[in-house]
Formats: sequence, structure tokens, C-alpha cells
Amino acid sequence: MPLKSQVEIRDVSIRFGPVRVLEQLSLTVAPSEFLVLLGPSGCGKSTLLNAIAGLLDVSDGEIHIGGRNVTWDEPKDRGIAMVFQSYALYPRMSVRKNMSFGLQVAGTPQPEIDRRVGEAAQMLRLTDLLDRKPAALSGGQRQRVAIGRALVRQTGVYLFDEPLSNLDAQLRAELRVEIKRLHARLGATMIYVTHDQIEALTLADRIAVMQGGVIQQLAPPREIYNRPVNRFVAAFVGSPAMNFLPGRLDTAGRPVFVAGDHRIDLEGYAFAGPVPAGPATLGIRPEHVRTGSLAAPASLSARVDMVEPMGADTLVWCRLSDGTPLSLRREADARIQPGDTLPVSFPAEALSLFDDATGARL
Amino acid sequence: MSGPVTPRGPRPARTSPARWGLYAFLLITALFFLAPLYVMLVTSLKSMDEIRQGNIVALPVSLTLEPWIKAWSSACTGLNCTGIRVGFFNSVKILVPSVFVSIIIGSLTGYALSFWRVRGATLLFGAMMSVAFIPYQIFIYPLVRVFSFVGLGQSLLTIVIIHTIFGLPTMTLLFRNYFASLPPELFKAARVDGAGFYQIYARIMMPMATPMIIVAIILQVTGIWNDFILGLVFAGRENLPMTVQLNNIVNSTQGERAYNVDMAATMLTALLPLIVYFGSGRWFVRGIAAGAVKG
Repeated sequence: MPLKSQVEIRDVSIRFGPVRVLEQLSLTVAPSEFLVLLGPSGCGKSTLLNAIAGLLDVSDGEIHIGGRNVTWDEPKDRGIAMVFQSYALYPRMSVRKNMSFGLQVAGTPQPEIDRRVGEAAQMLRLTDLLDRKPAALSGGQRQRVAIGRALVRQTGVYLFDEPLSNLDAQLRAELRVEIKRLHARLGATMIYVTHDQIEALTLADRIAVMQGGVIQQLAPPREIYNRPVNRFVAAFVGSPAMNFLPGRLDTAGRPVFVAGDHRIDLEGYAFAGPVPAGPATLGIRPEHVRTGSLAAPASLSARVDMVEPMGADTLVWCRLSDGTPLSLRREADARIQPGDTLPVSFPAEALSLFDDATGARL
Repeated sequence: MSGPVTPRGPRPARTSPARWGLYAFLLITALFFLAPLYVMLVTSLKSMDEIRQGNIVALPVSLTLEPWIKAWSSACTGLNCTGIRVGFFNSVKILVPSVFVSIIIGSLTGYALSFWRVRGATLLFGAMMSVAFIPYQIFIYPLVRVFSFVGLGQSLLTIVIIHTIFGLPTMTLLFRNYFASLPPELFKAARVDGAGFYQIYARIMMPMATPMIIVAIILQVTGIWNDFILGLVFAGRENLPMTVQLNNIVNSTQGERAYNVDMAATMLTALLPLIVYFGSGRWFVRGIAAGAVKG
């Protein structure tokens, strides 16, 4: 069994009666790739993962794992291992038995089982916990046992269904790093479902942002962050969220974005195609807004509403002269008070322009 | 009352007249229900002379276990005068396999209905539940005909099957609801691990269902032990349970009724369910699988 398998999803549709969760979805995950399925609740990412695992029947289409058509195969025959959000450990079995159960069912000889369990326990620092029951473990330990149970199967594909959602913030950060290390060490293909965009950005080789059963954008994290392909992706990824300014695109002469009384020069913005004039939305991330001395001469004026010191930096909430809200980042010891007026400007290379009608990137 | 007291710390307990009234009511109700048990116990320990004096609530002046010995080994149940012990062993013979089989079948059905998407599962479950509401006396004659047609007649096997059938709705309901409350991800993990239908049942689900098994055992033990009519009709003359034998003792006395022996025989019959009830209290309270699946 190769330790890294390609996963191909061909025209998969999943329907529950009249409800169409996924329609004609196609996706290829390269061997050793870490793919993250990112999206809000109800977008179909967990459904897709369960279908890949074989826990859910597809209404149409094919699933190929490691070059083999597994569409009708049972989960145990697909060459996959899965880690669940709620750990799903067998409560009456010790950690050791939890990890060896699958191998026992498959009839693996005991010395081999012991070897694999020992290896996985060492990789995940579980060696001292092997004889405990799940009830005697903390949340983070339980999740590591669940990962260990998947590891001993030594398959080519690992599926993660929101594994860190039940942990507190600090544990989440720790385990995130462990999962990334695990991927670097094993080189296996991993498909990871989450609604947390920080996990997606830190872990993924590629992210598939999903909404309403459709993949909105499939690209590496940098591209998703800097060049979101539509308004939904732009708003979903990035915390704090991107600022959106409604307005109009004026293409007579140099392209300019008109928002109320302000005219924002778009020289240097990379348009995706021919530039249509008309209603559009300008998007800019808080950290890209230039303020104070860095603001270009032709800048807008923003009035500070509220200041949020966040430890490493400060988030400043302001309003432009026409009332449009704007958030921007400043250094941690910035001396800014509510009521101050700040000059702000938007560098063209950091902008995103979206068509109002379709939401697509211009 | 002295001057105003500053509220500080825990609130002082207050016993109002209403509370006393409530306790008094509860006490009287408890005494009312315990009265027959008390009378039974007290009468079974008296000699017939004392009973003839007529005071049923008086404590026995001279305690005697003779009625108990008589009830156990020499009371007359119809033609034989070997006491009610025959019935005791028959009841045990009926009880043990019936409880075992009905729980296994009921839990297996409940497990299948809750995890495995079977076509027509809801229909089957609904049919089972609706039949459970029909008084079981209606089924007696048709079942007699069915069993004699199949060739089973009256026997131990027949009564075990009968108890399993009649226990199926309750057992299935119990286990189905319990398994439905378990996280479905546990079942998914077992499927990914490769376990099949019976493996998941035996190695994962049933070990987790210990509280429900205890409840099922208690229900079935008290239900099957206390059963009269099904045992009378289906068990066969050699396997008549204790309840039927008790009826024979009490109703086939010639001449003077030996009240103390009757009471002793009744106490002996009721002993097992009473012990089960008193002994099972703390098992009910025991916690369920703590924290294995996210608390």
C-alpha cells in the first residue's frame, strides 16, 4: 500500500431527496498534498469528506483513490483513515486497544500491531498514556489518540473532519502545529475540513473554499488571501475581515474608483479582464490601508470611532466622510484616540475590485 | 426577632407549615402502600391460634417460621403436596433463558434500527410499537393455535419464545433510544476501522450499553417472574411458574384456610422481585460512559 495516494473526485453529486448538497463537483488531490476544504456551515464540505470516506453514498459520479475506483467500496477497503471532530474513541477500551482495534479486525498479526501502535504512540507522545481509558484523558490527549488510531492504519490518505473544533484556543494552536509536523514527516495525502480560516491558511498546500456545494476557489493560501476570486472568498478569509467600499468604476481615461466624493486612482491594479464601467465594490484588507505619514498625498480622511488594542497590534475602526466604515491596523503602541482624524490611502496593488452584479473579481 | 440581620453566606433553611404538611402526606401515603406488605409478613410469622384472634396488624407474640417451612416444602399445589419450591425452580428455569434471549434479541433489533439504514425500518418499528398497545390477552388463543400448528405445544421453549416476543417492543424501544443518543461518529469510526455488523454490536455498542442492560434486566426479571397467565397457558404442566403454583396453593385448600402458610407462600414468591428492586438502586444511579466522546 503506497503511503501517499492521489484522490480524484469526478462529477460527484450528492442529493438527499430534493436537496442537492453537491452537484457535479470535480476535484483532484495530488499525492502528498495537504488540501483543506474551507467553508461556512452547510456548504457541503463534511458531506464531501464523508463521501470520500465511503460513509455516504454518492448519487452520481466516481471517486478514485490511489488510481482505483472506490465508489462502491466499503470504508475499510478504500485505503483511508479518518479523524473525527468529537474524537469518537471507544469509551470502554484503553488507548492501546482503541488504536489496535481496526488492525485486530483486519486480522493483522499481533507483533505487527504492537509495532505500529508503539510507533504511532511515540510520534504523538502517547507512550505513557497507552493503558488509560479515554475518560481519564484531556481533550488534547484524546484528539492525539484519535490521530494515532488513524496513523496505525498506515494508509495513503488521511481524512480530518474539523478535528480541532472542540479544543480551546491554545490547544488548537498546539495541535495545529503537530498536524503540520506530521504531514511533513509522513508525506501522506491529507484532506482536512474546517470552517476556521486560520487553520486553512496555516496548514494547507491548497485550499478549496466552498459555498453552497460549489468550490469557489481552489488555490494555494497566498493566492486565496491576496487575490480572492470573488466577494465571498474575500469576505470569508482574513481576520479581521476585508473592508468593502461601495462605489462605481469610471473607465473614461485612467481607471478610477469613485466612492461618493472620493476618487481612488487604480493605476497599478491588475485587472482580470476587460474593464467594465459600472457599479463595483472596492475591497482592501485592514493591514494594507496606509495611514498617517505613509498615506499618499491624494488621500481620504477617516474619523476614528473605536480603538481595539489586540496585544501584538491595534485595530482602529474609523468612518470615512460619507459614513462608510473602515478598519485598519496600526502598531501596538499607536497613540490614537476616538475622535481623531487620520489620513488614509489605498495602494492599488493591494486592492480587490468586485463586480456588484456577480461578485466576481474584476 | 432581634434587629435587622445582614444577609451573608448561605440562606437559612426555612421549614414552613406547608412543608410539614407535605412530609406528613408523604408519610401517610408510604404507610398506606406498605401496609399490605407488613400484614403479609406479620401474618406469615404467626401461628393459626393467633390469627384466629383476629388482630391482623398485631405483631406476632410467638414468632414461628413453621408456616414458611410448610409453604416451601409441604403445601398442596393441586395433587402434589411438595410445597412451592417446585414452582420456584420452574420460575428460575423460565426466567434465566427468557431474560437472556429477550435482551439479546431486543438489543440487536434496537441496534440495527438505530444505526443501519434499513428500508422499511420506520414501518417495522411503528408496527411493533402499535402492536404493543393491544392487550396481550387477545393474542393468547391465536398463539396457542400457532404453536400447536408448528408442533411446539406447551414447553419451556415455547414460554421462552413467548416472553421474547412480548418483551420485544419494550426492549427494542429501550435500546433503540439509547443507541440513538450515542454520537453517530462512534459508529462511523468503527466502520472506518473495518468492523462489521456483529462486531460493532458485540465489541463496541453492547459494552457501552451497560446501564441500559441493567435496566432491561430489571424490567424483564420483574415482568417475567410476576407473569401468571402466559406461564399458565404456555409453559406446560411440568414447568408451571411460582405464581401459578401460588394460586393453586391458595385456591385448592380444603377445609380451613391456612392463612399463615398462604402468606408465607406469597412472600416467598414476591421475594425475588423485592430483592432485585432493593439491590438495583445504586446501579440505576451509576454514570454512563463518561467523557469518551467529548463529555
